[in-house]
Amino acid sequence: MPPLKKCFHIKGRDFIHAGQAAITVQKLLRQMGIAQSLIRRIAICGYEGEMNVVMHGGDGLFCVEIDADRISLEISDDGPGIEDIARAMERGFSTALEEYQEMGFGAGMGLPNMENHSDELHIESAPGKGTTVRMLFHSPETGDSQED
Amino acid sequence: MQAKALVEQFGLTVAAGEGGLERLVKGGYCGDLLSEVMANAPIGCAWLTIQVHQNIVAVAVLREMAAIIIAGGNTPDEGTRTRADQEGIPVLLTELDSFSMAGKLFKAGVVNEPG
Repeated sequence: MPPLKKCFHIKGRDFIHAGQAAITVQKLLRQMGIAQSLIRRIAICGYEGEMNVVMHGGDGLFCVEIDADRISLEISDDGPGIEDIARAMERGFSTALEEYQEMGFGAGMGLPNMENHSDELHIESAPGKGTTVRMLFHSPETGDSQED
Repeated sequence: MQAKALVEQFGLTVAAGEGGLERLVKGGYCGDLLSEVMANAPIGCAWLTIQVHQNIVAVAVLREMAAIIIAGGNTPDEGTRTRADQEGIPVLLTELDSFSMAGKLFKAGVVNEPG
């Protein structure tokens, strides 16, 4: 399988299209016959990453790269950046605005979800310098694409 | 059980996503925190929530849900209805609160597989 890379723009505060990049990638992976269990993990991680950009970021880019032995997601934005990455990784910690929390976002579960459902999670960020989140999913699982 | 059976059995109002009413309901889930639902809702479930904004449709699509049931007499935003129509995710409405609706679903045999 030759490597395939696709990128999608994400606009900060654009809740109308929020989640669309993750949905598009989900459909693409299905068309490619990637195992459902892996697609589901990527869906969770992609959604969380995309929503973080929508809530906190300025504009962002959501890229998926599919190789024979791994899939990667790279979600970057030019938003305010993360002051304390270790703190941001704590379940329940959130800096989301109250109005977003009332919408059911900002429960402090996004980054923990990404960590739990990816094989590798790397975050590069600094205040004022934006954020890049890379997630790797090893060895695309095969053989269960027909489950459920 | 198909989503349309829930509509008939419990008198739910179909607010949007009529094209998806043949989706199979394989379980149920209650939750209003989207990240929590995204991580834990069973695939193919009927999701009970009081959230009404359009991002609930993205969660339902990504979690491969059978339907969203908006509880407590709440009604979806116009954007939610449009997006649900596009994605074929039934958005069903009940006056009951989430707990009461969940009880009815459970009694009707909508249960989650262990694990």
